Amino acid sequence: MYNFEFEQPTTVADAVKALSEEDAQALGGGQTLLPTMKQRLAMPSKLVSLTAIDEIKGVKKDGDQLVIGGGTTHGTVAREASADYPGLAGLASKIGDPAVRNRGTMGGSLANNDPSACYPAALLASGGTVVTDRREIAADDYFQGMFTTALEEGEIITAVKLPIPEKSNYQKFEQPASRFPLVGVFVAKYAGGVRVAVTGASNEGVFRWTEAEEALSGDFSASALEGLSASAEGMISDIHGSSEYRAHLIGVMTKRAVTAAA
Amino acid sequence: MPKDSGIGASSKRREDVRFLTGAGNYTDDINIRGQAYVHFLRSDVAHGKINGIDTNAAEAMPGVVRIFTGKDFEGIGGLPCGWQVTDRHGEVMQEPPHPVLAQGKVRHVGDPIAAVVADTAEQARDAVEAIEVDLEELPAVINMKEALKEGATKVHDDLTSNLCYDWGFVEENKGAVEEAIQNAAHVTTLELVNNRLVANPMEPRVAVGDFERGTGNSTLYTTSQNPHVIRLLMGAFVLGIPEHKLRVVAPDVGGGFGTKIFHYAEEAFCTFAAKAINRPVKWTSSRSEAFISDAHGRDHVTKIELALDADNNFTAVRTETHANMGAYLSTFAPSVPTWLHGVLMAGNYKTPNIYVNVKAVFTNTVPVDAYRGAGRPEATYQLERVIDKAARELGVDPIALRRQNFITEFPYDTPVAVTYDTGDYGATMDKLEEMADIAGFAERRRQSEAKGKLRGLGINCYIEACGIAPSNLVGQLGARAGLYESATVRVNATGGLVVMTGSHSHGQGHETAFPQVIAEMIGIDESMIEIVHGDTANTPMGMGTYGSRSLAVGGSAMVRAAEKVINKAKKIAAHLMEASDADIELKDGAFSVAGTDKSVAWGDVCLAAYVPHNYPLEDLEPGLEETAFYDPSNFTYPSGAYACEVEVDPDTGKVTIERMMAADDFGNVVNPMIVSGQVHGGLAQGIGQALLENCVYDENGQLLSASYMDYAMPRASDLPNFEVDHSCATPCTHNPLGVKGCGEAGAIGSPPSVVNAVIDALNSGGKDVPHIDMPMSPARVWAAMNRASATGHGTAEGRSLGGASG
Repeated sequence: MYNFEFEQPTTVADAVKALSEEDAQALGGGQTLLPTMKQRLAMPSKLVSLTAIDEIKGVKKDGDQLVIGGGTTHGTVAREASADYPGLAGLASKIGDPAVRNRGTMGGSLANNDPSACYPAALLASGGTVVTDRREIAADDYFQGMFTTALEEGEIITAVKLPIPEKSNYQKFEQPASRFPLVGVFVAKYAGGVRVAVTGASNEGVFRWTEAEEALSGDFSASALEGLSASAEGMISDIHGSSEYRAHLIGVMTKRAVTAAA
Repeated sequence: MPKDSGIGASSKRREDVRFLTGAGNYTDDINIRGQAYVHFLRSDVAHGKINGIDTNAAEAMPGVVRIFTGKDFEGIGGLPCGWQVTDRHGEVMQEPPHPVLAQGKVRHVGDPIAAVVADTAEQARDAVEAIEVDLEELPAVINMKEALKEGATKVHDDLTSNLCYDWGFVEENKGAVEEAIQNAAHVTTLELVNNRLVANPMEPRVAVGDFERGTGNSTLYTTSQNPHVIRLLMGAFVLGIPEHKLRVVAPDVGGGFGTKIFHYAEEAFCTFAAKAINRPVKWTSSRSEAFISDAHGRDHVTKIELALDADNNFTAVRTETHANMGAYLSTFAPSVPTWLHGVLMAGNYKTPNIYVNVKAVFTNTVPVDAYRGAGRPEATYQLERVIDKAARELGVDPIALRRQNFITEFPYDTPVAVTYDTGDYGATMDKLEEMADIAGFAERRRQSEAKGKLRGLGINCYIEACGIAPSNLVGQLGARAGLYESATVRVNATGGLVVMTGSHSHGQGHETAFPQVIAEMIGIDESMIEIVHGDTANTPMGMGTYGSRSLAVGGSAMVRAAEKVINKAKKIAAHLMEASDADIELKDGAFSVAGTDKSVAWGDVCLAAYVPHNYPLEDLEPGLEETAFYDPSNFTYPSGAYACEVEVDPDTGKVTIERMMAADDFGNVVNPMIVSGQVHGGLAQGIGQALLENCVYDENGQLLSASYMDYAMPRASDLPNFEVDHSCATPCTHNPLGVKGCGEAGAIGSPPSVVNAVIDALNSGGKDVPHIDMPMSPARVWAAMNRASATGHGTAEGRSLGGASG
């Protein structure tokens, strides 16, 4: 790792200020950034740690939605969201291993937008909103392709608002080595309809499987998905699975998520 | 009643106390005053011409002591190959030079080009980034079939082709095998890939070179399975340091699995550089570096044919294998696909006609060499897969087909040069059938099917040649070393013993098991015996630990030395008790005179040897210390039968191992707990190979599975509770302990049963899938079920030759 400056502000305002410097980089739980730096593939001049900012931590219920601070760890989400949003808590409880879950944060995961990350599926399937230090961004506008989001330079995710569904579930099929999802599907059923978000599969990152959403909005059961298949076009093809295999798994995981949620 | 000490007792591993409490002393724990650090600049292309190296900017970087390039090693020997194979036409193999640092060309990703020695490891790494290499990328050859085509890019310009050797074994049998296949009632053919693996020991490789200006002595601390071999190879062939001026120390080593047998460039570099700059030089491999610099394992592509007569007796086996050597010949690479593979093609069966052809091929990949089992897993896998396929084609029970063809009389001369001294393949199969509860399988399958899963049962046998090896035989086969072992047993005046052995322990538990043998021989407590190993300065000559040889060869040397000690001690005891030597008996730590109540304790005899006041000085030297060399007269032949039960998820192709059973015949067992542990570890690695591990290059020679993000290691949750048994013991007939070796069996015996089980599961679900190549990833199993493509760009199929099922 190359040398860098380190700052650990305690307020969002101070963090935004620190991040205004050129080549400064926000550091959440460091689960992606630190390994990248150790491999010398990233060389920020300054790291601005967000871990001491209490105002962006915690899980709280606000009417019919759950508001989760951007600096909340996966472990905390797994524990504190379990009563109100078990589908989300279940997802959080299976990210990485305990060490990862005690360091990694929701904001960090969403800001990085790894095409194989779990949280983007939850945010998109929930039709949630990303709250930053300067604005609110709807999930449908937030994800802009692999490792790309609507965030601007130095913009910090302070919270995520997730409407609480009637039913939900996340199913992931793990890539054998990394155990990131080869395909992960989050299904959320709301009074107004069903949303299905898929991670791990597409070259464009997380996406909504709208055909499945339509079928499930009429009949929330695995059988409603019979005959429906996701297209292999645009799906990732690598040493762990072809695009056809990933497309096939989308169908399998969606059915399993619906069955588990129902 | 289980024993609580001595041979047969499950004594707790004494070394684990220091390993588990952070008190181990690994090579990276060794830090010498004034030590500098080296970082290697490694090639990021698979094949390229070095037009120039500009180190000016790097030399000006902070902390840089000196920068080395290939130029510094002109006139220095290259890394030697320890085995010369002669091909089927009587020609010796093509043997390219293997420089310490690249000379003019790089031949695989990871090939070291230059090395920066600096005050700190970070400074060395910083300076490496400032080196400018004018590297002209050349086309790379990765696929073995492409590499052998006329006009293919050559890995080594000075060789006639990329063919290292074309080996036929036994060449004289070729015609008879052809005839038997033509006359067969049935021939089963199978093409398969034995997937390339990365060993991944827990501890990455480390080397520390030191030079004492005052004495002119060099010392290398290294993560090695055989420090004496490194001393010989590096001293004599690379650096020209006589053995008496070179000490090699391999302290605690965190796993080897074969990949730490070999002499590596980094060892020679650190020893050389320490003298050149007159400072100790340390190198610690990163995990990423290990993937591109540790020798890889396996990587065979094979076509095997099994001929049967109308009564299902095996009449012939013929194989054609392409074996990947990588870009250079690693220390024992040529022996693995030949003498450690071809001689095992009889397996447990009385097949009369066998012919093995192996083409060893150079490619622009990391060198490939021995990995746990080394050639024997490849042999077992082919044979046990093709037998299973034959049973399915013929509609016969795979166990019955094997039993029908078992060798039952010993000693047995195989048609592939080796003679099995003993074994009882029916007994291990009986034991396995009992353990596996084969009668209950149908019900277990029904339960799995009720959950929507397919269930399969796979079984296989194996035989291996261990206790490597009779020196005169391996010499004829091309080994450039003897394969004996030695031991010194030193008795101290107060009765305690130190055993200095050439065997090296890097996980095997020698420090516990070896004392059990001595304790049994003398009748004293195990705690009175200490094992010293891993340092050429304080152990006699040693050939090290690999090929499941430590107890069979190193243990035998120790027994021979201990016998000499006991014989001398008996003479001393006879003198003390004024009796004849011939009447002295040693039991429970005391010498007695047969037929009398005269007795003298072990400790009193030891004291007399070192305080020889009342001692037969005219006939006997004082002291009690003996050395023995033991050269085995044959290999040992552990064997066994394994079973695996899997569930396959038909929706995803995911395989779950439900049960794994191993019935092994290791001959006599010294420590059953340690033996079980060795089998467990081997099973984990075999299952890793069968389901998870895959070293994949793309067509340009970039390693795609270069980290744990893409190279899947087996984890505890991937494995069931193993059921292992080693009660079916037919003791080895030619070593003093009757032991055969257990270190590799699990890795040799398990892959075929896993694959056989998956094929069985798929067939039970109506999927007529004859074969799936390892690793049977979910994608591959699903693709095989659906006749679809499994993986995308840069797959192993793209790299390897034929056989792959996509």
